[in-house]
Amino acid sequence: MPQPDNEATAEQVFAALADPSRRAILAALASGGPTTATDLAGRLPITRQAIAKHLGLLAEAGLVTAEPGERRRVRYRLRSAPMQVAQQFLAAMARDWDSPLEALKDHLDRGAR
Amino acid sequence: MPFPDRIERTVEIAHPPAKVWAALTTADGLSSWFGKEVAIDLRPGGLASMRWDSGHTADMRVERVEEPTVFGFTWHIYGLPEGDPRRTYVEFTLEPAAAGTRLTVVESGFAQLPEDGYRTAYDGNTQGWASELGELVEYLDAAA
Repeated sequence: MPQPDNEATAEQVFAALADPSRRAILAALASGGPTTATDLAGRLPITRQAIAKHLGLLAEAGLVTAEPGERRRVRYRLRSAPMQVAQQFLAAMARDWDSPLEALKDHLDRGAR
Repeated sequence: MPFPDRIERTVEIAHPPAKVWAALTTADGLSSWFGKEVAIDLRPGGLASMRWDSGHTADMRVERVEEPTVFGFTWHIYGLPEGDPRRTYVEFTLEPAAAGTRLTVVESGFAQLPEDGYRTAYDGNTQGWASELGELVEYLDAAA
């Protein structure tokens, strides 16, 4: 059964992850929690302008959300729901039935008298 | 580019369905080719579990038991968080064949969408760690 919503989400996640700067931003948010564009610019070898551009794109794709932070600065938070849709896709790719079925055959053959 | 929902494999096995059935549905059988430590309560609604040397575990819920032709269970989608209700359904079908048994395994449900209620609960949950850590601090403060 085709699921266009899942497909569209997976496409956005993989497009976002295809860029090393965006991967670095998402990884920083995943490991360090919500933070500001300025803080990210201080931690990553990416210009403040490029960070802002990437965050805009990531927010559009639903991968980060903007929220009010301290001193009226916008903080960005990783949204894991789209990641989990991409994970479902990867789970299907990573599911290996061939090896277990081979193992089943071997097991039965070994047991044959 | 379709999002794959279903994986299907068919193999011919040179042993009768009864033997294949035992290998699929008993703890002894499963532990000799699939999991390392296996427990199974073979009835619809019964629970089963497998553990591997890597420490990886799988918890299954038995759904269909029609000896010796259909065995089905659901399990967790690998990589999704522990509490996620999405599960794939795995069904083994055994048919007598000239060589012995034609075994088909179908795993489906990879492309399922989260239920609406769950999606809402989920979005609320993105605040999860922050508020849980907040509650921990409050609890420790109160206990001090």
